[in-house]
Amino acid sequence: MEAAAEPGNLAGVRHIVLVLSGKGGVGKSTISTELALALRHAGKKVGILDVDLCGPSIPRMLRAQGRAVHQGDSGWVPVFVDREQSISLMSVGFLLEQPDEAVVWRGPKKNALIKQFVSDVAWGQLDYLLVDTPPGTSDEHMAVVDALRPHSPLGALVVTTPQAVSVGDVRRELTFCRKVGLRVIGLVENMSGFVCPHCSECTNVFSKGGGEELARHASVPFLGSVPLDPELTRSLEDGRDFIQDFPDSPAFPALSSIAQKILSETPAGLS
Amino acid sequence: MEEVPHDCPGADSAQAGRGASCQGCPNQRLCASGAGAAADPAIEEIKEKMKTVKHKILVLSGKGGVGKSTFSAHLAHGLAEDENTQVALLDIDICGPSIPKIMGLEGEQFLEDNLGVMSVGFLLSSPDDAVIWRGPKKNGMIKQFLRDVDWGEVDYLIVDTPPGTSDEHLSVVQYLATAHIDGVVIITTPQEVSLQDVRKEISFCHKVKLPIIGVVENMSGFICPKCQRESQIFPPTTGGAEAMCQDLKIPLLGKVPLDPRIGKSCDKGQSFLVEAPDSPATVAYRSIIQRIQEFCSQRLPEGENLVGS
Repeated sequence: MEAAAEPGNLAGVRHIVLVLSGKGGVGKSTISTELALALRHAGKKVGILDVDLCGPSIPRMLRAQGRAVHQGDSGWVPVFVDREQSISLMSVGFLLEQPDEAVVWRGPKKNALIKQFVSDVAWGQLDYLLVDTPPGTSDEHMAVVDALRPHSPLGALVVTTPQAVSVGDVRRELTFCRKVGLRVIGLVENMSGFVCPHCSECTNVFSKGGGEELARHASVPFLGSVPLDPELTRSLEDGRDFIQDFPDSPAFPALSSIAQKILSETPAGLS
Repeated sequence: MEEVPHDCPGADSAQAGRGASCQGCPNQRLCASGAGAAADPAIEEIKEKMKTVKHKILVLSGKGGVGKSTFSAHLAHGLAEDENTQVALLDIDICGPSIPKIMGLEGEQFLEDNLGVMSVGFLLSSPDDAVIWRGPKKNGMIKQFLRDVDWGEVDYLIVDTPPGTSDEHLSVVQYLATAHIDGVVIITTPQEVSLQDVRKEISFCHKVKLPIIGVVENMSGFICPKCQRESQIFPPTTGGAEAMCQDLKIPLLGKVPLDPRIGKSCDKGQSFLVEAPDSPATVAYRSIIQRIQEFCSQRLPEGENLVGS
């Protein structure tokens, strides 16, 4: 039986949620960002830990690229993306001298940085810490699960797109979750259909139905389908608040329902 | 392929065998003796094996989900349409091996006439099996693929990679270093969040001196099947691949529009080029494939000088 780990810098973090997929490009960073924005609108303090060392996408999505990271007494001070300091962020993106600099590291070096990101960032008081991951089931995933294990994460949100090629990889990710004892809070199907802005015809650009079927096959809750909305892409590119700017978007109901699910798993007053 | 300690400093680092985390590792003595710093004998063995492979092309991206595997598969299909051309497709995405599905080869033998395919996907007994391996073990698998698979006489070896700039990429470049890689095709989608990662991949290519054949912009515009009008699902907010290529002085090989039939073909394991010959995406693919063939034909087999460079 392991001794309880020193809570240290995660002592003030109430709930930890990992965002995973087996597949690249399905929208993990997008969903992580939108979830953070939705939780903020619900009055919560949110931290985002971006452990995609090769492709750190989150800083740009929150208009925080190029910000500097400072050392405080208890460790690195995360970057606040808003004046109210309700969303804070840590990413390797902040540690690069040039934005186009490639992080060409083998596993062991990546593991070391991820451990530092988990234990040496002074998160302070947070309602939620969302952990955005790269695709796969390798060093980064093992390192972050190992480092977070003593802090009892709430679980994982797993993202897929509808087509079989994505579902094929995400099935393996669900096995990974089972093997490492990480509870799956639910599965999200992203890029579920595109509504033509000219004629309103909905086309299943990346096929249809795979996410719901996978959730059924793996007996995990299905949290909903998020359709493709170029406004969502645009607002992420510009670091804008999609939840605030586009409440009428077809993507909005699905994104809200995902946030609701997380909130309902963690009623106020219970930690 | 034994497990290495969590904090392994790396067999070729100055700390090899000497770090605190090396205690108890089965390779400690080997690393401390400096053997790790010596060249891996596999590199020579792979160079020998690769003598029968005329052209080697890597398909890379910094970003996931932009269509590397889709492109690799269709490049293979396109080249193999000429029955006199021997094509081999190697999938080194160990955690997310998509090639078997896209090529329609799940659970079946992996050789097709003049098109051979290898992937870790073929070695997994169930579609739910996860390959949860750290870097060193993935590197070992890649070494095995290159050294131990009997490729035979091959005109084109296409290597499909996972997203990123990590173990798999370093290893394939390291193992093929002396076997001469013709060049790299880089795949992106139009939006900045992809280009951001792709610029890093281009930096990686420059760092390891990999020639870049060019960039393919995938999912470049969508034609509505009902009204035939075009929309940008992934808007090129910073000028798309065209602006990036102009900026970095790299050829743009082509732009492939989003055709929903592509995803369907991949799911069924069929060649989209055959399923939808009239699609603008097929036209784009064929033109890109031709440009790649032209690039390769200017590079003669190993040991001879490049023509017109």
